[in-house]
Amino acid sequence: MKASNAFWAEQLAGQIPEGLAREIEIFETELRLRRQGKIEERVFAETRLRRGAYGQRYDSGQRHDGKKVQKLLYPSGSLTKGPNTLWDAPGMQRIKIPGGGLNARQLETLAELAEEYSDGIAHVTTRQDVQLHYVHIDDTPSLMRRLAAAEITTREACGNSVRNVTACPFAGVCQDETFDVTPYSRALSKFLLGHPDCQNFGRKFKPSFSGCSEHACGLANMHDLGLVAVERTVDGVKKRGFQMYVGGGLGTVPYQAKLFDSFVPVEELLPLAQAIARVFAQYGEKKNRNRARIKFLVNDLGIEKFRELVLEERKNLPPDPRWTEYVQTAEGFREEPLSAGGTIPAGDSEDFRQWIRTNIRPQRQEGYATVTVALPLGDITAQQLRDLADIVRKYTNETVRTTVEQNFVIRWVSCADLSEIYRDLKAAGLSTAGAGTIVDVTTCPGTDTCKLGISSSRGLAAELRKRLAEQSFNLDAAVENLHIKVSGCFNSCGQHHVADLGFYGVSRKMAGYAVPHFQVVLGGEWEHNAGSYGLPMMAIPSKNIPEVVTRLTNRYLAARKKGESFRDFIKRIGKAEVKNLLEDLTRPPAEQSDRGFFRDWNDPREYSLGDMGVGECAGEVVSSVDFGLAAAERQVFEAQLALEAGDYHRAWQMGYQSMLQAAKSLVAAELPGISDDPEQIVQEFRTRFYETQKFFDPFAGGKFAHYLFAAHRNVEAPRHPEKARFLIEEAQLFIEASHSCYYRMGTPVTV
Amino acid sequence: MDIQHVNVKLMVQNPEDADLEPLIPVFHRWIQDQECEELLLDVADYRHVPAGPGVVLIGHEANYSLDNADNRLGVRYNRKALLDGNLQDRLEQAVRAAIGACQRLEDDSTLNGSIRFNRREMEMFINDRLLAPNSNRTREALEPEIRALCQRLFGGAEYFLGHGGSDPRKLFSVSISTEKAFKPNELLENLLV
Repeated sequence: MKASNAFWAEQLAGQIPEGLAREIEIFETELRLRRQGKIEERVFAETRLRRGAYGQRYDSGQRHDGKKVQKLLYPSGSLTKGPNTLWDAPGMQRIKIPGGGLNARQLETLAELAEEYSDGIAHVTTRQDVQLHYVHIDDTPSLMRRLAAAEITTREACGNSVRNVTACPFAGVCQDETFDVTPYSRALSKFLLGHPDCQNFGRKFKPSFSGCSEHACGLANMHDLGLVAVERTVDGVKKRGFQMYVGGGLGTVPYQAKLFDSFVPVEELLPLAQAIARVFAQYGEKKNRNRARIKFLVNDLGIEKFRELVLEERKNLPPDPRWTEYVQTAEGFREEPLSAGGTIPAGDSEDFRQWIRTNIRPQRQEGYATVTVALPLGDITAQQLRDLADIVRKYTNETVRTTVEQNFVIRWVSCADLSEIYRDLKAAGLSTAGAGTIVDVTTCPGTDTCKLGISSSRGLAAELRKRLAEQSFNLDAAVENLHIKVSGCFNSCGQHHVADLGFYGVSRKMAGYAVPHFQVVLGGEWEHNAGSYGLPMMAIPSKNIPEVVTRLTNRYLAARKKGESFRDFIKRIGKAEVKNLLEDLTRPPAEQSDRGFFRDWNDPREYSLGDMGVGECAGEVVSSVDFGLAAAERQVFEAQLALEAGDYHRAWQMGYQSMLQAAKSLVAAELPGISDDPEQIVQEFRTRFYETQKFFDPFAGGKFAHYLFAAHRNVEAPRHPEKARFLIEEAQLFIEASHSCYYRMGTPVTV
Repeated sequence: MDIQHVNVKLMVQNPEDADLEPLIPVFHRWIQDQECEELLLDVADYRHVPAGPGVVLIGHEANYSLDNADNRLGVRYNRKALLDGNLQDRLEQAVRAAIGACQRLEDDSTLNGSIRFNRREMEMFINDRLLAPNSNRTREALEPEIRALCQRLFGGAEYFLGHGGSDPRKLFSVSISTEKAFKPNELLENLLV
């Protein structure tokens, strides 16, 4: 698309590392071959994904414009860049930022690219990456070359590969850390990038580093490979190492990582990670993508067996000098300040004092502080990136990092400079207070640009942010410190499982219309490296979610015990009380002329799923399927109560029954006389909905049906708490899928 | 110099009073009715970003936006796809598209006249740093073409051309202003001459 595409290779000759230049040349050739039809579309799709070039919403060539499904007639016609993905459709370019670390020149490069290839906005993700949206595939080689010249790669930013290695953005300056994990995270990132042992995974693999176990910054427990810095004294000498966790992950059903080893010496970090990669590649699921993450492998094998396989693999690895040659330099790694330290000024305005309170964190090095630049919804303009580059040059040695809360952290700011840097940030529109508080809502792209989005997570996040910011000066500290995280679907990119108040997008049918909803997930723990996950409570129409936040926070303030966390409070009052508190919000307004209720945030179109038209039923028609699905919801709710009460057997049974009930409801639409016999329900469901693919989610395929089949197969298996929790999560998703299936079935058939 | 990707921005009158929220349904309607000659795709809402792109109507060949970059609110036409013809044709196409968008917004009954253009100021950018770096050389090369366009656009009336600053990191840009308020229809008619 860009006129200059033909000239960047020559322009940047000599400025790009040879290997990287060659890789981009190869990618450019593959683009050309795909245009000529000489590469299969599915092969090309994985190729571009491994270079960070994703598809985007509406890239199938059609879009529901609010009135009708509109065909998008692109100039390249039916040429595709992947299955059902048209060549000319705008895409998303993900840019890997290891540990979130950037320098001024890199910020400026991102600014240029955002302006020239995207829509002027760079988006910081929940995994410290940067994403550009609305990018044309033909522009990606130039974009990659310009990044490469600034020492940034997009390689393996997507696809079945080792994704961005994330790390605590406060590493090296944090008061509580054991040691600075920065050089180790960089070494692992470099070592695994393009490593031959990491090219044959069934799914992605996400590593993360944390300097301590108390805080959230590294989120080790929700990663495929989580590393927490620890020290051990061996023979009187203090040795650095890591607690190594494997098999964590959010996604549809979240898994807590399992402790693989309580102390992995730094010399063993790379070889052990390599051995894990080999075991994952060798034993991990390949055919069924829905069970291909390492969490399933660890869960299926058990951590002991998994460990045994890895250690066996480790023994047989051919030695590699890279395993240890970085260690000496790592221990000497230091960042230096630009100017002498000072003291934090008192400030002459309430805005400044508020900013100091929420965005400034004193470093372990006296006289210095980190400054968090809070980005609304993770977005920053090209001009702001340039301003930020100027600021980090002026006050620091260009020490700035992205964070998993979608912000930037400027490190090594002298406290004496805080007033001045505040003024500069303010001039750039980057001085918003409230970093890390309830106002600082995290969100994935959702329906704005993501193909999988069900509800508008960004729309909701913007609305919550606006309302909470208006109250921020009056918020009680207990509420101010809560975390809100929003995902547009069950895939958890917004990390809703580890928020105090999490929301993920679902849809429901009301009065014959599809209505955007969010499932409310309460009681997740952000601290302790994402210490525990919240549980879904109930689905609430999207437009009522701000009221959900108000009611829950008000109740918490009114009824909490001294020092009681929100998570403990939710646990204490229980799901039944939460349900009572929110029940009325599940219903549509009495006055249904308010069409806004049926639309999503900041989207005036009539809400629809997957470009389908609006429901045809204008009146209050309730079908047997509606009733059946409501009964299934009740059962899964009871399952959650049983789990809460410690009755795991009943929790499992109720979860299973809820899936049976949902399946039966769908079957009954075609076979009204269906009995209550589980065998018959599962058989009929399999024949009528699974084998015909009617139940298939457009993206997840038959994944959710397998939850029912597995539960039905294991009905006599012994229960324990984790299995019961998984089953309830799966039952919730199965019911969601049943709602979607019912929506796709069209007009209710039985009244 | 094969210059493409011309951007044109026409400034809004009383920007402090402008509310961008009603723009969202308007842009969605443009998509429904395919109001522009470009293939229109989606609407991106960046109102939450200070001095940002505002509300953007994403198209395949071009984007339209109510852009607030540099805290100057205006309708911006951002040409993405390549255009045939010479530079004069490309400058003219972008100016026409931007003026057309302004007219549609001013005439939109759902906006109740809340968005008006000041009719005295516009900015022109070239969104390609390699072919048009922000330098004196680019200015020397492009100024005669821009002046030729302005001559036709304003029908020989007086106008002022300013260079958009010397920061090499920024896009090449010029500001164009007139003493006398111009009428969009007249400008379009002038271009036909």
